Amino acid sequence: MLAARDLSKRFGEKRVFAHVDLDLAAGRLLLVTGPNGSGKTTLLRVLAGITAPSGGELRLPARSLVGYVGHEPLVYRELTPLENLTLFGKLYRVRERAERIGMLLERFGLWDVRHERVATFSRGMQQRLAICRALLHEPDLYVLDEPYNALDAAGAELLDRTLDELAPHALVVATHDPGRVERLATDRLELV
Amino acid sequence: MIAYARDVAALARKDLLLELRAKETVPAMLLFVVATLTVFHFALPQGTGRDASLGALWIALVLTALLGLTRAFVPEREQALLDALVLSPCDRSAIWAAKSLSVLAFLALAEAVALPAFGAFFSGVDGTTVAAVVLADVGICAVGTLTGAMAVAGRARELIQPLLFLPLAIPIVVGGVGASVVGGGKYLAFLALYDAVFVLLSWASFEYVIAETSYPPTPDRPAAARVYD
Repeated sequence: MLAARDLSKRFGEKRVFAHVDLDLAAGRLLLVTGPNGSGKTTLLRVLAGITAPSGGELRLPARSLVGYVGHEPLVYRELTPLENLTLFGKLYRVRERAERIGMLLERFGLWDVRHERVATFSRGMQQRLAICRALLHEPDLYVLDEPYNALDAAGAELLDRTLDELAPHALVVATHDPGRVERLATDRLELV
Repeated sequence: MIAYARDVAALARKDLLLELRAKETVPAMLLFVVATLTVFHFALPQGTGRDASLGALWIALVLTALLGLTRAFVPEREQALLDALVLSPCDRSAIWAAKSLSVLAFLALAEAVALPAFGAFFSGVDGTTVAAVVLADVGICAVGTLTGAMAVAGRARELIQPLLFLPLAIPIVVGGVGASVVGGGKYLAFLALYDAVFVLLSWASFEYVIAETSYPPTPDRPAAARVYD
């Protein structure tokens, strides 16, 4: 699913990370930890296929097989949750789109606000929508950067259950709160 | 091809919906073009003649288009949404095509006000000028969307967009003013040729402007490892 050998990333003279080796198959969860500025976000952007590494060897699946949650919710603030998910559902060629979107919005507590603009949402609600967007096309590889960010207790528990259900897939999760996903982690990578 | 057209339609619909909600770009373009023509009306001395006023019209149209183009990628830039679009399996040139179409719609709206306003301030425009404006719009939106995508990656993006776009728009001004002042099919053919060349170049190069990576959109074959150095 995902393989990296001697992966490195530089921004000019600044080295973000180097010598990263990893293999991730379906059914495994890679927990990425490290202090602020250690390169977690950059590594996850590389592993999602958004950013190119500076060196090394990398095997990634096709774009349609990757689900990504980043620091930003990656949804249009002037559109509603329904419009956002419909747009991405069309781009990802999601079958039975309306049913899938309805199920996700219901599950993540956004059904009642599906016609309201995302700009009026709290950061936690936007994060729920971001997770819906990543789950929408049922990818094989999930790359989740601080997925618990801004979620309240109920949202965090919902994400716990969702991660349990995603266990048969390949997951890369970066978090400052490793205890939350420790029970699911099969692989660990600490960036320094 | 049908899937590509559907992607373009979905993305263009999104841009039109965003403008309908935010009402930021089109009102600004309308105000700008009318204000610019008003300034030219008072700035050009009495008896300057039709040729100079037609030149002023083309300056106003290109600068109005620049205003719209500078805002074209604002929603994507403010919420890092290019990441989401780049990750989606649609052909990345569909993002360019949809954005060009939406800017074209905004520009057409601005011109629907600008040309009658020009007629009120100076003199009416003939069919050749209207045809030149239509052809110029295609080139402006194709090139301007590409330079807009280049600028969005930089820090001083509001400065970069005019610096990239205006030199590429010089042939459009030459063709447009030539068609309006001299008339004839020669300048219209020049504009059509510009459109054909730059639409093709912009369409083909957009992916390399917008994305660092080029992983296949759909799993046609097992993923291969790539070596970076």
